[in-house]
Amino acid sequence: MPTQTLLSTLAILLAAFSGMPGLFWRRQGAVLATFLIILSSITALTAAGLAFAGCETQAVAVSVDLIAGLATFHPVVDGLSAVFLGATAIVAAASSLYSVGYWKSEEYPVAPATRLFFGLVVAAILGVEVAGDALSFLVSWEVMALCAFALVLSLHRDPAVRSASWLYLITTRFGTLTLFLAFALFALLTGGFSLLAMPAGIASTTAGGLLFILFLIGFGLKAGMVPFHFWLPPAHAAAPSHVSALMSGVLIKTGIYGLCRFCSLVPDPPLWWGGTIFALGAVSAVLGVAWALGSHDLKRLLAYHSIENIGIILLGLGLAMVGRSLGQPLLVVLGFSGALLHVLNHAIFKSLLFLGAGAVDHACHTRALDRLGGLSKTMPITSACFLVGAAAICGLPPFNGFASEFLIYLGLFSGSTSGWLWSVAGLTALVLTGGLALACFAKACGIVFLGEARTPQARLAKEAGKPERLAMIFLAVLCLAIGLGLPLIAPLLNTAVQVAAPGMTLPNLIGHTRPIAITCGSAAIILLGIILWRWQSARLRSRKDVGTWDCGYAAPDARMQYTATSFAAPLTGQLGGVVQSDQHAPHLGNSGDVPSESGKLLPQEASFHDHPRDLILDRLLTPIGNIVAWCCLRIRIMHHGHMPIYLLYIVVTMILLFLWSIR
Amino acid sequence: MNWYELLHRLPLIVAQIALLLILPPFLLGVINRVKAKFAGRKGPPLFQLYYDLAKLLRKGTVLSTTTTWVFLLGPVAGVATAVLAGLFIPLGGLPSILSFHGDLLLVAYLLALGRFCTILSALDTGSAFEGMGASREAAFSCLVEPALFLGLVALAQLNKEHPLTMSNLLGASSQGWHLAAGAMILVLVAWFLVMLVENCRIPFDDPNTHLELTMIHEVMVLDHSGPPLGFILYGAAVKLFIFGSLILGLVVPHPENPHHDLAISIYNLAIAIVGLILIAMVIGVVESVMARLRLVRVPLLLVAASLLSGFGVVLLAMR
Repeated sequence: MPTQTLLSTLAILLAAFSGMPGLFWRRQGAVLATFLIILSSITALTAAGLAFAGCETQAVAVSVDLIAGLATFHPVVDGLSAVFLGATAIVAAASSLYSVGYWKSEEYPVAPATRLFFGLVVAAILGVEVAGDALSFLVSWEVMALCAFALVLSLHRDPAVRSASWLYLITTRFGTLTLFLAFALFALLTGGFSLLAMPAGIASTTAGGLLFILFLIGFGLKAGMVPFHFWLPPAHAAAPSHVSALMSGVLIKTGIYGLCRFCSLVPDPPLWWGGTIFALGAVSAVLGVAWALGSHDLKRLLAYHSIENIGIILLGLGLAMVGRSLGQPLLVVLGFSGALLHVLNHAIFKSLLFLGAGAVDHACHTRALDRLGGLSKTMPITSACFLVGAAAICGLPPFNGFASEFLIYLGLFSGSTSGWLWSVAGLTALVLTGGLALACFAKACGIVFLGEARTPQARLAKEAGKPERLAMIFLAVLCLAIGLGLPLIAPLLNTAVQVAAPGMTLPNLIGHTRPIAITCGSAAIILLGIILWRWQSARLRSRKDVGTWDCGYAAPDARMQYTATSFAAPLTGQLGGVVQSDQHAPHLGNSGDVPSESGKLLPQEASFHDHPRDLILDRLLTPIGNIVAWCCLRIRIMHHGHMPIYLLYIVVTMILLFLWSIR
Repeated sequence: MNWYELLHRLPLIVAQIALLLILPPFLLGVINRVKAKFAGRKGPPLFQLYYDLAKLLRKGTVLSTTTTWVFLLGPVAGVATAVLAGLFIPLGGLPSILSFHGDLLLVAYLLALGRFCTILSALDTGSAFEGMGASREAAFSCLVEPALFLGLVALAQLNKEHPLTMSNLLGASSQGWHLAAGAMILVLVAWFLVMLVENCRIPFDDPNTHLELTMIHEVMVLDHSGPPLGFILYGAAVKLFIFGSLILGLVVPHPENPHHDLAISIYNLAIAIVGLILIAMVIGVVESVMARLRLVRVPLLLVAASLLSGFGVVLLAMR
């Protein structure tokens, strides 16, 4: 029986080659690519399943020498990789199926190139998740980053897309550079490039601390942790929707995978490591959802929610690290299992939401929330699936978001009762995040899908095609299934946590939390809901031919409905220090009329424009970039093209070197 | 729990479920009667809401052409989530009907699910009034959630070894009054404010009027009629019962009853009913002596409630 390492290699190869036939056969290319990616996903899922079943991981079935004697590619699939492999497989398959209808070669001439890079990026992500040593990890990481850049640049004729992809490229190069430094230091401290456990005692030294900071920056940049998140909203909004789904669902999770793998290699992490991750997670969660409340572009909103959910995952991860430092096995189990389950859950519901947003974008040709509305009448399946995704991301039972947040909450409560009182701060952050996320998704669902259409474009929307609907329904059903099926997943999480925290005897997740209770509660709510719905419908003798009563208002208009900005106004008013926006309002004179321009007699048309600002990018990095540019401009005086003065530079330098050498 | 004990407890469980399903409209009647007495009026009958519900279930409904299935989801979810959450909350000295480790999270998130569906069904009508109510409801409930959770964290400090269930936490409150009465008072005040916000009482919302200045919850249900409106009113009453039970659990003593003696259980049941009626009367008094706050001041009060809970946590953790 082939071991999981062979299967994972096969999965990587299948994904890598999935885009190639499409370069030659344009018509069948899409279906072929999707078929190969689905095959690759099934292979990867089988490999993950075998890893969970406990097949031995020591047998190195595949070993390829990349650079003779210096680097070998030998995949290692254990419980921790298996969670991420599962998430990658599901999201890649769903996005690929969606792209058959969404990214047709007839409408987008760049489609074959996108499919090529899509396959390569899926292969690279799988490569990162099974990498057994530092060099193959870095090679896969680089391929993943560059292919993702190419994917973000798909609609390259739009200047906004170009600038978003440049920002993404610069940030990811910086992150990879940091990782190079980090792995070099790691090799120095442990004596080799293999990802094996570090000897005890190194973590508490200065070098160990520096190693942790470097890995945190490198993986944090990829994961979208505040303050390294600023590339995420533009890139995820600019990419095509199925690519955004893959990026938000899986690409940023490779950063989390890196952090988890690094933490599993350190046997004795100091307390401040876990505390830092915990604090950054709490800050990311609250700030991410606050900025999402201030956004009125559907895909930017979803991208900010990715930042929020990465924050929640880091909360769980930080809690687990703290538990490892303090010797509290319960915190470790609950923290890690909550974080890993949230990785899987977020991959599923975030990709579902992005696919729904893509369907809306295609149907109405706009992503602005205030130009949409009433889409649940013309796009019923898309809206139902988006609603399921929204309920899942808010952590509402009976969907899967509740299951993972439940585990993290239990961990935080355990932390508060076992004496680590910072978990109370984390708990407050998580509660606030949940409430703000509920408000934000009530806004997104309500303004986009409910009510009346606000513009003619929205009125003429058509339902998405069959492949898109199939992909979304598959993900929505999976959301509900995982929400109800926590007892089946708990043993898998146990295995993963054993790998993530070796060397500690950990209590069994099932024994401690009785996940069957969540299943029963979720099933009960569905059952009770169905019963009451049937009862209500049975008693309903209704007339359906009138408009909204609205307290007797005679002529309601679609433009009178609440807008997205107004809906979020009570909360963004409270969060004003963090959620800022640039407003260009027309200047109103004393009479209240818009003043006429260029001397015309009657008032002219004016517009109001509101642009949400990203705090880190606009207030910190852009001014720093401007200062650097100003300095460089001053230094340019030296570049004037006069050959004699260049010769003078050489003479002056030689004199200075001569003086230095005889001191 | 074996079958013998279950059979022994069965009459009590049936009584608790019956109380959860039947008593809530009576509490609203008590509140309205107290407010009327304060105003010098005779007031509506105590069972008025029962008559209203029976009337509404018989009536027809008008469904707007703007609405979809989401409009009918709000009332259903309101009742389903409230009733299911009520099964996990103890009634005074009586333990809850169901409990498991971490059920308090299920309770909190069930209420959040009910709120989500209500907000969506309000936005489904495409009306500016209901959008406004939905926006305010989302904002205020978001700000008040930490108060509830921090109170639970405070109570969790009192019984660190036991499973994290609502019954255990509220059962530990008797111990809390002995050890740190100051912290318990802070949590009590914070939870009272949470109850007022979640049930749309003055000083946060005026349940009597449908005018723009005073509405949050009333405006979200402006377009519902007939059986859906009945479901909404009933769901709101059950939510009031739930939060009343939370306050009751903090305040009343919990006598030890390991063998489920019938006499002690009946005594607890009577105390619970009287306690809930007293809490309803206190709400009525608060509604009669205060006016509704200006909307810009409401977030301040909600954050204050969270801070009070937080101080309760600090006091109980540091003892």
